[in-house]
Amino acid sequence: MIETVGNHEFQYSDARHQSHTAISGMWLFLASETLFFGALFLAWIYARHWRLEGFDLGARHTDMTLGTVNSVILITSSVIYAAGVLYAEAGNMRRLVQCCYAAMAFGVVFLLLKFGLEWHTDFSHHLFPGADFPIKGAARGGAQLFFVFYFMSTALHGLHMLIGLGLVLWIVVRAKRGEFTREYTTPVTVVGLYWAFVDMVWIVLYPLIYLIGRGA
Amino acid sequence: MSTDSYLTDGDTLRSWLLTTDHKRIALLYLFTITGFFFIGGSAAALVRYNLITPEGMIHSAETYNRLFTMHGVVMVWFFLVPAVPVSLGNFLVPLMLGARDLAFPRLNLFSWYLFLLGGFIVLFSLLMGGVDTGWTFYTPLSTAYSQGYVVWCVVGIFISGFSSIATGVNFIVSIHRLRAPGMTWFRMPVFLWSLYATSVILVLATPVLAMTLLLLAFEAIFHIGVFDPALGGDPLLFQHLFWFYSHPAVYVMILPGFGIVSEIIPAFSRKELFGYKFVVWCSIAIAVISFLVWGHHMFVAGTSIYSALVFSILSYMVAVPSAIKVFNWLGTMHKGYIRFDAPMLYALGFVGLFTMGGLTGLFVAALGADVHLTQTYFVVAHFHYVMVGGMVSAFFAGLHYWWPKITGRMYPEMWGRAGALTIFIGFHLTFFPQFILGYLGMPRRYHSYSPEFQTLNVLSSAGTLVLAAGYLLPLAYLTWSLFHGEKARDNPWAATGLEWLTHSPPPTENFAETPRVTGKPYDYPPPEQAAIT
Amino acid sequence: MNLWLPAASTNAPEVDHLIWALLAISVAVLCLVFGLMLLYMFKYRSGSKIERGALAKKSWRLESAWTGATLLAFFGLFLWGADLYVRLFQPPPEALRIYVIGKQWMWKVEHIGGEREINALHVPIDMPVELVMTSEDVIHDFSIPAFRVKHDVLPGRYETLWFEAKTPGTYHLFCTQFCGIDHAHMTGEVVAMAQPDFERWLQQNDPGETMAAAGAKLYMHYGCSGCHGGNGASSATAADSTRAPRLPGLSGSPVSLTGGSTIKADDEYLRNAILNPVERRVVGYQPIMPSFAGLMSEEDLLNVIAYIKSLSPGPAT
Repeated sequence: MIETVGNHEFQYSDARHQSHTAISGMWLFLASETLFFGALFLAWIYARHWRLEGFDLGARHTDMTLGTVNSVILITSSVIYAAGVLYAEAGNMRRLVQCCYAAMAFGVVFLLLKFGLEWHTDFSHHLFPGADFPIKGAARGGAQLFFVFYFMSTALHGLHMLIGLGLVLWIVVRAKRGEFTREYTTPVTVVGLYWAFVDMVWIVLYPLIYLIGRGA
Repeated sequence: MSTDSYLTDGDTLRSWLLTTDHKRIALLYLFTITGFFFIGGSAAALVRYNLITPEGMIHSAETYNRLFTMHGVVMVWFFLVPAVPVSLGNFLVPLMLGARDLAFPRLNLFSWYLFLLGGFIVLFSLLMGGVDTGWTFYTPLSTAYSQGYVVWCVVGIFISGFSSIATGVNFIVSIHRLRAPGMTWFRMPVFLWSLYATSVILVLATPVLAMTLLLLAFEAIFHIGVFDPALGGDPLLFQHLFWFYSHPAVYVMILPGFGIVSEIIPAFSRKELFGYKFVVWCSIAIAVISFLVWGHHMFVAGTSIYSALVFSILSYMVAVPSAIKVFNWLGTMHKGYIRFDAPMLYALGFVGLFTMGGLTGLFVAALGADVHLTQTYFVVAHFHYVMVGGMVSAFFAGLHYWWPKITGRMYPEMWGRAGALTIFIGFHLTFFPQFILGYLGMPRRYHSYSPEFQTLNVLSSAGTLVLAAGYLLPLAYLTWSLFHGEKARDNPWAATGLEWLTHSPPPTENFAETPRVTGKPYDYPPPEQAAIT
Repeated sequence: MNLWLPAASTNAPEVDHLIWALLAISVAVLCLVFGLMLLYMFKYRSGSKIERGALAKKSWRLESAWTGATLLAFFGLFLWGADLYVRLFQPPPEALRIYVIGKQWMWKVEHIGGEREINALHVPIDMPVELVMTSEDVIHDFSIPAFRVKHDVLPGRYETLWFEAKTPGTYHLFCTQFCGIDHAHMTGEVVAMAQPDFERWLQQNDPGETMAAAGAKLYMHYGCSGCHGGNGASSATAADSTRAPRLPGLSGSPVSLTGGSTIKADDEYLRNAILNPVERRVVGYQPIMPSFAGLMSEEDLLNVIAYIKSLSPGPAT
């Protein structure tokens, strides 16, 4: 259906042209994602401003150790993938695939720690907004709302990570099929941009969840 | 024309439903938005029918509330926001660029499916359960007090939002990267510039709506307490987030219309566009400033004085570039050789109706006047003048102008002019009385009203009949022209623009050879020669 | 066909002047635009043989001229509208306060003397009136077209609007923020009366108990005196006055909050202090005050606040 001429689609003058176009497309998509998460963070900060004590009290019930470990894991995953991109551009597809597997492994560990361990612990402490919410008293409303934002944003972030893992796997599949060459690594870069973005969202989430409430 | 056109290049259902040809996708979209237009229009007809008597011809207030909600939701998200970009835009952007297709053809097709999915979910919610909150979904009414299918409705809108973002990304990247050799930025036709500006807004504003609707849905289902004061939330936060998208959205609606008119007036005045660069910079300015005026929907909502002052002055600022464009269009007509084919009549109708709508925007931007006029029929008339009088006229103008290119057929000219005139007259009859009603204090979204407002309401409702005829006429004769219209030449208007260099209708690959651009846009011959042309 | 709206308040003619000016400007611009358009449509129609001559070249001067003129006119309109609006936000301190509670789908009005109305508002002419409004459920809007005023009425907070009626008469009251099924029926009457007539109306509708007096009873009923003391005076002994802030003299005074900010103790502050005492606490006090959210109705709240205000010097509001 899409006619290719050589190694680029018909509407482009050459492969490099198409490559830059795909990358621009991803940047623009990420711009829209920035505003998507941005609106959420804005609502979070605004809500916190009016219920400071409750929010920060809720925040102190998060597991900072786990959160910090996860941050390191996620950043490492990004760095590894970035290394993979460099390998691909140098023509070393074997290393690319290894880096992808490693990045995915770290990503999976993140997800297991976040949802398997941390959420599980949160649920067992009844930190999910509802009748059993453990924090009582006047700050309860604010603390509950903190946890609403916490669960919503980590769920959204987790969803984006799942999509990212799928994309990295797709890169592995294509690399193994020999679709990438030193001259053509566009999809690898494009997925790298997305994976880095998912990382950036976490870099904003981490202080919002674990650090801000522990300031005093 | 012995060569295949894109219309005949594959005649199975599959070849249409799985096409990645931007021209076919444009037609798929055109068909879809026409359907939504008539659904939204039927709701409007019923609304105006109800308002013939003070007690309300439709017995149930709940039904009326659902009708005006349906009208707003369908018209805003499934007609006004997408219409020009997805139909005329999808068709013409690659042609005007001299390219073979958009940057991401498969994304284009996927966006249509997203649009359909979102549309079906919204229609389901509106027709099965009903939504009675108004298209603005103010909280806590929509989250805690509504009886209808609010959550389904916002899910549908959420999904259709991704269609908008995809279209925006596609256009921006295409315009940056697929321009024909020799087509520098300032040799692009204004229609492309206006779609570029529109796309920037689509990409940056729509995601905020997406998050707002997500938070709304969570509030409605889980009572999270972010917008509902009874749960410790802030209803104004919803309004700020909602209008942050919805104000730029109205510029998404009108900017493409500006672009269309900027193509048609030069073509039918046989003269280059007066002040091309100004018109271009005005489009960019409107896109930027449009993000800074959302608070003018909230002057009596409980925001601070400072907020009101800032948003009022910025709202006046955003009106300036639009005014400049009107002057430039008039400047284009000055000393031209003006012809009155249907596209030109629609375009001139646009200039008049948009100017009126825009001027009434000055009334509501004035803080002291807005306190009296807001939430009344004055505002309803204002936005219908710009959106319906303006944008829909422009859409029809473009549809008629590019009809020969898209279909290979001419529409019947006399009927075209009749349609333009009918819409212009019917529009005034319907909406002008509403300015007066609003000044007199009649609130909007009222199922029944105080008896002294009846005469003006009856006038307005009567006008709807003429307006409806004005919309049904083109539906009829344009459809007729598909089968019996005169076959069109490649460039029936002798207009400039790369799209006119190829056949009517174009072949699938658009151009046999990539065109080269060597001159400025709107390179119409100087007066002495134009007289002979 | 009715085309006339009474201008029954002091600001109404001012709003009308602005609207007329806007109309005049709009008509002028429209004449210019339509005029030129029609002129060009005729003069420069394709078949016309008139001399078109050379085309205008560089358009900078023309563009700058009409851009500048537009900006100037718009700035003038902005200032005019802003001036009206800012004054609309500044009720005179001696304004007569009347309390409004909106709920689906009716308006409840309470005067400080305790007189109550449903879907009606009696006001004296030639005296500024300030409405303090809240909603029990969704967002409504209190609109009096004849006075050219309206303002959204929000749940969970107090919004105000003020006017000074000058022409006796009965005028429409509309809810103008869509609020559900019977939004169109949430209407009523505003009755402006000469002051002697208004006094007479108040007497005829006297319930025997002012808002402040009703509030005093509620103050006891809800147990406020337990910490704040009878008459809000707290205990005479220094030790006990550290438990809860003294209420006499509180209303209208600045209050220092934990977190460093200082706020004026107006209606909104008092309401928040009763419903949400922990979040914006007064410096120097422990967070031991219980919240009355969900326990006190909006009417009770207004009465209690009226009582607290009666403990401070100031206009009898």
